[in-house]
Amino acid sequence: MSQPLLSVNQLTMRFGGLTAVDAVSFDVYRNHITAVIGPNGAGKTTAFNCITGFYKPTEGQIVLTHTDDKEFKLEEMEDFRISQEAKVARTFQNIRLFGGMTVLENLMIAQHNRLMKASLYTLAGIFNTPSYQRAQLAAKAKAELWMDRIGITDRADDPAAALPYGDQRRLEIARAMCTDPVLLCLDEPAAGLNPKESEELNALLRSIRDNDNVGILLIEHDMSVVMEISDHVIVLDYGRKISDGTATEVRNDPAVIKAYLGVVED
Amino acid sequence: MSTNTQTSFDLIGMLKRSAIATIIAFLLFLPTLGLKTSASGGVDGLFLQYRWSLLAMGCAAIFIGKMALELFAKPKDGQQKPAAQASAWAKAIASPKTAKAVAPLLMIFAIAFPFLPFADRYVLDIGILIITYVMLGWGLQIVVGLAGLLDLGYVAFYAVGAYSYALLSAHFGFGFWMCLPLAGILAAAWGVILGFPVLRLRGDYLAIVTLAFGEIIRIILLNWRSFTGGSNGLSSIPRPSFFGLPFNQEPGGFAATFGLEYSSLQRIIFLYFLILALATFTFFVTGRLRRLPIGRAWEALREDEIACRSLGINTVNTKLSAFAIGAMFGGFAGSFFAAKQAFVSPESFNFMESATILAIVVLGGMSSQLGVVFSAIAMIGGIELLRQLQFLKVIFGPDFDPSQLRLLLFGLAMVLMMLWRPRGIVSTRTPTVFLKDEKTVSAAMISQGRG
Repeated sequence: MSQPLLSVNQLTMRFGGLTAVDAVSFDVYRNHITAVIGPNGAGKTTAFNCITGFYKPTEGQIVLTHTDDKEFKLEEMEDFRISQEAKVARTFQNIRLFGGMTVLENLMIAQHNRLMKASLYTLAGIFNTPSYQRAQLAAKAKAELWMDRIGITDRADDPAAALPYGDQRRLEIARAMCTDPVLLCLDEPAAGLNPKESEELNALLRSIRDNDNVGILLIEHDMSVVMEISDHVIVLDYGRKISDGTATEVRNDPAVIKAYLGVVED
Repeated sequence: MSTNTQTSFDLIGMLKRSAIATIIAFLLFLPTLGLKTSASGGVDGLFLQYRWSLLAMGCAAIFIGKMALELFAKPKDGQQKPAAQASAWAKAIASPKTAKAVAPLLMIFAIAFPFLPFADRYVLDIGILIITYVMLGWGLQIVVGLAGLLDLGYVAFYAVGAYSYALLSAHFGFGFWMCLPLAGILAAAWGVILGFPVLRLRGDYLAIVTLAFGEIIRIILLNWRSFTGGSNGLSSIPRPSFFGLPFNQEPGGFAATFGLEYSSLQRIIFLYFLILALATFTFFVTGRLRRLPIGRAWEALREDEIACRSLGINTVNTKLSAFAIGAMFGGFAGSFFAAKQAFVSPESFNFMESATILAIVVLGGMSSQLGVVFSAIAMIGGIELLRQLQFLKVIFGPDFDPSQLRLLLFGLAMVLMMLWRPRGIVSTRTPTVFLKDEKTVSAAMISQGRG
């Protein structure tokens, strides 16, 4: 396989005496959907928060490589720089949209850094220069494109909090995609979705994988999502990696069945 | 099933609730209305006076009032808040179209105001005061309304602006127009200085630190006598001139140059237009900023800081810019204040001022510029109006002095206002960008910010 997009090496996170993530290593590739699964408390979200900079890992290296071979050591970067410079976008388990702002505004805020530069850090924006106007229109067009892709263009001017739950989930993903990421990290994107919404989510994730040249890393409990769309599954249990492979390989791995799937299929 | 019993006439319940309210009122009124200490010429100095009739009247008023509320107010079902039943005119005010229509009308009125027949010196002074507070309100709205950072020490920046002009003109002989931008820059710098320590604070803790900051500035101004003149303040601050023409009776003055008869009112009218111009500038700049990426980031920060960081927004810079730009407008207004008064002292910058400006923003609505105008008129104009209510003497007798009760009446008005419209006069939010139609976002959706 080609060079990994994200390479996690011996990642360890301790909270006092508790080792939430214990020497976990795995790779994430472009145009692949990589799922991290595991029972509750297995350390999935902790690993995730280390990658996106919300926690500083105790030990280990997390290296992200862009197509131009530029490397970013994520474990040393501040959370907003990981999104701004290394181009890692994330969503949250409990949706974090800007509820009082409209759908369009949510997608515009995701393009903040580009628009800030275009507005010369507000100076050109105040005078509404043509170059800023062009950037604003381009940002709006990008937002429209994503609203089209998730099918909520007719609700563009409604507050995000007024959308149905499934649309909010997909809007959060669209908002993350508006930051032009190379790696999209999704924390339980299917949580609380009904089967139809879950199906729409799968279609969206496949379309992103196939068209947008990003790697997708997701944490999921919903086995139907994981088994159906993942190209690569990593299983964590008690902070350790117990299995790594394709969905079929993992499903048949005795260690996984013992730790996790066995309980589920009970 | 239970709806039937709720809608039916519940006299005993009404009487019971009214009686409870009256008992509470009695306990509260007993020491405040029922007892009065009077100074006598006697040896003891003070003696107690009992005012049973007044106490009875107060309790009766509460009983009747509570009964009236019970009769005419809708039955509460817990969910129904007063804000949910927004009246028609409140909805009309909130719509962006009305705002666009009302703003020019207000502007025309503001320009014509000094030439109206009733505009004497007193009325113009109130006009200047109101516009100053509108400007301060717009400045603070950036910090409190947009970025959701509760700032109880905003008056500090007003003070920095005022003292900047006073000191720069005294030590370097700078004129008003030179000092105005400098005062803004200095106030913005102090905004950043305040911003750094409070970056990690939210909610109550942020409020306490900003409150302390306001007091620190005031106490420094009070105690650094060699520099600020202490409690004596700084006097003989040069007054602004009209493009170099001073407002005096000299041959080179404003009146003589334009062939007008000299009147002290000319200077007041000039000051009025000066603050109107500054406020208009503030209106356009803050209105524009809100629609720029920086303004959207401020609002996003109020909605969800963690989501902001996940989208690559530098929240430190965003917060500091909100503090700095908000403070800058405070500095401009302060510099105008010093120019108008020709005298500054720490007395003018106490906590009451911060509270008033904050109340204007909260009462006006967190993100509506028009709301701030209405609430500043109501707050500042209202307090002044209460001085004028001589007709109340007809009701309460010749001993009644409305100006003594004005803060009490004012507090009552604020309480009623907050019950009626808890999220301010204009509680809805106008989106900064729209695709097809500009709809306002209702207050229920908008996060109030926890910092």
